[in-house]
Amino acid sequence: MSGSGYLDATLKPEGWNRPPVIEPDGEGELLEVAMGPHHPSTHGVFRMDVALDGERVIRLKPVFGYLHRNHEKLAEGMSYLASMPFTDRLDYICPMTNNWAYALAVEKLTGQEVPERAEYLRVICGELTRVVNHASAVGFLIQEMGASGTPLMYAFKEREKVLDLFESLTGARMMVNYMRFGGCRVDATPAWLDGVRKVVAGLPKFVGEFESLLTGNEILMARTQGVGILKPDLAVNAGITGPMLRASGVNYDIRKVDGYGIYNRFKFRVPLGDHGDVFDRFMIRLLELRESLQILEQALKDIPGGPVMDPKAKLRGFRPKPGEAYGRIEAPKGELGFYLISDGSPNPYRYRVRPPSLINLTVLEDMCLGQNVADVVLIFGSVDIVLGEVDR
Amino acid sequence: MTVEEIKAAILAAVPGAGVEIVANPSVSGQHSLLIAPANVVAVATFLRDDAELKLDFLSNATGVDWPDKEISEKVKVTRAVTKTVDGAETTVEETVEETRKRVEPGCLEAVYHLFSVAKGHGPVVIRMRTANRSDQVELPSLTPVWRSAEFQEREIFDLFGIVFTGHPDLRRLLMWDEFKDHPMRRDYVEPDDFEYEPTAHDDVMKRAQEHVARVKAAEGAASAGQEGTVAGA
Repeated sequence: MSGSGYLDATLKPEGWNRPPVIEPDGEGELLEVAMGPHHPSTHGVFRMDVALDGERVIRLKPVFGYLHRNHEKLAEGMSYLASMPFTDRLDYICPMTNNWAYALAVEKLTGQEVPERAEYLRVICGELTRVVNHASAVGFLIQEMGASGTPLMYAFKEREKVLDLFESLTGARMMVNYMRFGGCRVDATPAWLDGVRKVVAGLPKFVGEFESLLTGNEILMARTQGVGILKPDLAVNAGITGPMLRASGVNYDIRKVDGYGIYNRFKFRVPLGDHGDVFDRFMIRLLELRESLQILEQALKDIPGGPVMDPKAKLRGFRPKPGEAYGRIEAPKGELGFYLISDGSPNPYRYRVRPPSLINLTVLEDMCLGQNVADVVLIFGSVDIVLGEVDR
Repeated sequence: MTVEEIKAAILAAVPGAGVEIVANPSVSGQHSLLIAPANVVAVATFLRDDAELKLDFLSNATGVDWPDKEISEKVKVTRAVTKTVDGAETTVEETVEETRKRVEPGCLEAVYHLFSVAKGHGPVVIRMRTANRSDQVELPSLTPVWRSAEFQEREIFDLFGIVFTGHPDLRRLLMWDEFKDHPMRRDYVEPDDFEYEPTAHDDVMKRAQEHVARVKAAEGAASAGQEGTVAGA
């Protein structure tokens, strides 16, 4: 965090997969601007130290840590189950997928089985989360383009319906604390499933409206096409995951690759971008939203009865055998992984979150160099981050 | 490929690489490869570029702290004892249980989880260990091989204190630059005064305190003078 002189850091690009060094054109002075930490476009407290040559970005250094609370250290001081509610607060737009990733990592460590109904409930909650996340991400992106409020509120209207469902299932709108090692905390009632069916039935209309409102818009196309291009080889090398990677044309969806849970039972496609610019990242999210609806329809049709917790699962006195495991899922923002080392005690010896939001920012400078300063806001918005996860 | 096959492939490509298999006893079956720091960049480049492995995607990089461990063991020792029995000295062998303590030196460990986007397999786990936890904490950086290590190695440096040589921009990531310790170490002690950290405002605060003191002194002198006059009248 903090400290001046970041922009003087000498970079050695030769032989490295580093952002190029752009020389100013020699007229006038460089202007150093601190965008953030209290800039409305930064989705929280995040700072970009930018050096400008006129309107052109010459250097950009992201500065992290304003929201750092050492989540990992906290989790190492408490039992495995006790840190489940804290995972909600990582990416607070998508608490369900955070729960799922953590539960999956612990299940890998202990070899617990998850009952079928719980797997279906996880998929339903996970995909609803993806719908919420992608709709809000697109809404925020449009908002940062200057369309103040309206498109974002369209997205939030649908988000509210989903949050109501989460509230009636788990008791909380956002901090759901829903999944457990070996299942889910509570069962869904038939009435709740009908409610989900009703919301899902209404979503295609919303997506259609949202898309027609935005996609053909001349201003949007002019602002986003050809801006902030990310090349596929750099994207893979820099560990970019999620919609950002697929917008660059790399076919890598962990739901397909690992087939964790029961994802290999569902038919869905993986949308890919051609150019890897802001427009592609925006479109990929809308297309993925449609695919999520496909998965939701299949899951709601096939969901079986039965228990939602493995009867052999232990909640009290939970002590995994010594060993380690890395579990990962395709969270809406990218690959969310948990790495756990157990030494046989009730607390994890090492607990690590692999945050997609932080690692996707690795290439922020590469995408912004040479662009106008107004586009930095857009490019940053198209990465789709949540600071609770970046700083942990 | 199993870890044994990967180890053989590494040793064929980088002779004398120093690869050991670290078994993982849990059911996850994710065994890892412990690689000697001297050759790790060559090994990593091989893992990334090999046509069969093609581990082009470094997903997760993190640190683990293993503090010095004091191990006390009970050892049975047999020694000859001279005893006087009935006035005659005899040597008897006696077995005694003794507790011996030894210190197993700790280390800092960097763990990398590799996947292949091209082939869709993984994870392959590689780890490196520093010589100790105090003064020899350098490890070679893997940022030149996988760019995704850039921020993650900065985070390891910040929270664990492993110094990655060859990292292009090794600064603290989450804590502030002036911070001294490494909070994720097992023996980290929280500061007594959480509030006190030197900040850019220190000068201002100091001047403000001096100003307040001056004002109070002036007020005190004035009121003392007034009292003096009242008392005098």
